[in-house]
Amino acid sequence: MRISAALLLLLPLSARAETLRVCADPNNLPFSNRAGEGFEDKIAMLVARDLHMDVRHAYALQNERFLKHTLLARKCDVVMGVSTGVDELDTTRPYYASTYVFVTRAPLKIASLQDPRLRGLKIGAHLIGDESTPPMLALGREGIVDNVRGFMIQSGFDKPNPAARPVEAVAHKDIDVAAVWGPFGGYFAKRSPVALNVVAMTGTGRFAPLRFQFAIAMGVRKGDPLKARLDDVIAREGPAIRRILSDYGVPEVPEVSNHG
Amino acid sequence: MKRFLMLAGLLLASQAAAQSLDSVMSDDRQWAMPAKNYANTRFSNLKQITPANAGQLRVAWSFSVGSNHGQEAAPLMVGDTLYVVGAYPNELFALDAVTGDMKWKYSPRVDPSAQGEACCDVVNRGEVYDNGKIFFNTLDDHTVAVDAKTGKEVWATKLGEITQGMTITMAPIAVKGRILVGNSGGEMGIRGWVTALDENTGKIAWRAYSVGPDKDVLIGKRFHPYYKSAQGKDLGVKTWPPGRWQVGGGPVWGWLSYDPKSNLVFYGTGNPGPWNSNQREGDNKWTTTIFARDADTGEAVWADQLNPHDLYDYDEINENLLIDLSIAGKQTPVLVHPGRDGFMFVIDRATGRIYSADKYDTQTSMSSFDLKTGRPVMVDALKPLLGKNVTGICPASPGAKDWQPTAYSPLTHYLYIPHQHLCMDYKTAEVGYIAGTPYVGATVNMYAGPGHYRGEYAAWDLTGRKKVWAIHERFPVWSGTMVTAGGIAVYGTMDRWFKVVDAKTGKLLYRFHAPSGFIGQPVTYQGKDGNQYIAMLSGVGGWAGAIANAEIDPRVRNGALGYAGAVGDLPTVTSGGSTLMVFSLGGRHAH
Repeated sequence: MRISAALLLLLPLSARAETLRVCADPNNLPFSNRAGEGFEDKIAMLVARDLHMDVRHAYALQNERFLKHTLLARKCDVVMGVSTGVDELDTTRPYYASTYVFVTRAPLKIASLQDPRLRGLKIGAHLIGDESTPPMLALGREGIVDNVRGFMIQSGFDKPNPAARPVEAVAHKDIDVAAVWGPFGGYFAKRSPVALNVVAMTGTGRFAPLRFQFAIAMGVRKGDPLKARLDDVIAREGPAIRRILSDYGVPEVPEVSNHG
Repeated sequence: MKRFLMLAGLLLASQAAAQSLDSVMSDDRQWAMPAKNYANTRFSNLKQITPANAGQLRVAWSFSVGSNHGQEAAPLMVGDTLYVVGAYPNELFALDAVTGDMKWKYSPRVDPSAQGEACCDVVNRGEVYDNGKIFFNTLDDHTVAVDAKTGKEVWATKLGEITQGMTITMAPIAVKGRILVGNSGGEMGIRGWVTALDENTGKIAWRAYSVGPDKDVLIGKRFHPYYKSAQGKDLGVKTWPPGRWQVGGGPVWGWLSYDPKSNLVFYGTGNPGPWNSNQREGDNKWTTTIFARDADTGEAVWADQLNPHDLYDYDEINENLLIDLSIAGKQTPVLVHPGRDGFMFVIDRATGRIYSADKYDTQTSMSSFDLKTGRPVMVDALKPLLGKNVTGICPASPGAKDWQPTAYSPLTHYLYIPHQHLCMDYKTAEVGYIAGTPYVGATVNMYAGPGHYRGEYAAWDLTGRKKVWAIHERFPVWSGTMVTAGGIAVYGTMDRWFKVVDAKTGKLLYRFHAPSGFIGQPVTYQGKDGNQYIAMLSGVGGWAGAIANAEIDPRVRNGALGYAGAVGDLPTVTSGGSTLMVFSLGGRHAH
């Protein structure tokens, strides 16, 4: 009896409610996974609640074809996290900015890309197909090559959260330093059984135009009016978003421009 | 008695069907491997179609392979049957070569996730016939053997893991009872190889890696490279920073040729990867290398690395034509390699010595090729380094010529070269975002080379070492070609024209506007009705044409690794397709 009453209540509601269709990676914590455990999953719920919408996901590995198979194929309408300045999309105002970090086993602490100790330590960083992450390129420019190990950033579904490998490798003592994007470092260090230090990368200026800090926004198809509504939510829900990011250990930096 | 006779008759028929590739290859009525013959000349002795009558060509029949992706495969004709394999999902069809009636279809169960791993559309470059079986590769890293009569699968062997970025797109060759296969995925952190499989069982006989220690590359006592920089132990390890070779690339996704006299197979390897060039200091051997290997054991005999420490994605997987040329007055067995880097290499088949390397298209990134050292002379100002904006790099990453194979006529002594004419700019700017990770990437912007055309079909005089004529095309010429004793040469354009030209002069003799652009390989055969046919798949796609079959958003100028910008107008003249076109003069069997 109670169940059917609840159903009756639900039915007209869901019929009326719009759906926030989110494009997401099904296996990439701390951002998102199929179980909805990532901070982008939590922020999507928050946004949907604010807009009185339901959430539905379209999942695909976030590789070079991600946008084509999800957002641009109209299987979903918003990517919760994308770097501002990405060409194919309209992006909202950024809702956080983060930095590349060095992750080390305590008590070791590395901050600067120009720290001479980097020449003697085993360093891990992400490889991205034809491109490279900024720390990898900067280390190459410094001639730090032989002691650097690459981790391909897309490894599919074989293991949970493939992008977590470099941080795990630090905990397992396979390498000494992981030079990774902040949210990976912050999240996995927090959950590591071994005490890890996560330090924002400094000493990056000489490597311009490489950049190590990026502002992250939500992405929608070009011209989609959803953007304005999301901008409003980001303004309204700022404190709640901050709390989620902090829960997940995302290292934040003051807002940066992704165009310069 | 009568029954016995019938049985004998059947036996005879099946024996006839199970001919060896050697015997079919020498019969010009048939076409049993994409390259036509082991020498990779794509030359047929058929003479029915000539410059005098080519204008009367007409469509005899056509057939859809059912998948609108880039169709790069060469059809085969063996006995009375035409075999054709489509792009992913790689269905194989057997058709009556005269009527086009379907005999059977073989549908492999290809893992759909392989599509996400292929760098440049989900193409397949064709199949090979030997001893009653058709052999081909599927995108998800299987080699399959199919009974040529019944279409039943005989064996299927898995050769790699798509989850590690490996796919297979090349056409295998059959040599002495073995099927030779190479892999794709140089950008994805794979380790390139050639693998030989027993053609009866699918069991792996040997595998030769492109990178790594000598024992993996099958470099041993027989290895005698001509150039000094190729001499030394374990160069496939030592010319990389520690461990880099393990994901060093050097895939083998192009063509293999075979010289029965010396029992050597020849092929080129692809680019190094996936590390940025400043993280893979050294020559990065044996990427962008031509190998000569013993066909039975896979042992390397010599190797020429054409683009040491490749900066431009100049794979050297292009075909190697085995021709005898007069070098300094002496008839010499050579290998002709129209390089991706824009040089026409003429190389001694026995030693690997490079006799000449002439530029056959605009080349700015290398000032010349040093025949003494066997290395290109690089132009430092055009080295693409992150943080630098470099303009006017020619050829662009797809090279002066990519996979699309040339043809050689022993009558004209010309090499017929379908190729692109593109340059590129390299800029550091683009913000990329993958798997939650932002980065600053490079924008590669390709555009028409000098003269404002993007493709060319050219005849190159191998004796005179110069271009004798050229037809400029609006788009890169991404199709293969073939040439006949009748004096015609055939190719197709991405803007849907099937073209027959005079092999001597390049004069256009016949053209037909097909359903979709051409990136396939033309073949010719003689049907049981006595007519000469020309068959070629229409269906644009591939790296160059992915934009037209909606694989790539044309608004993304950097799409398809920079190629989309160069062919942004392609969707205004064609969309994807999947039609096998078959032409003939009509004759007794007009349809």
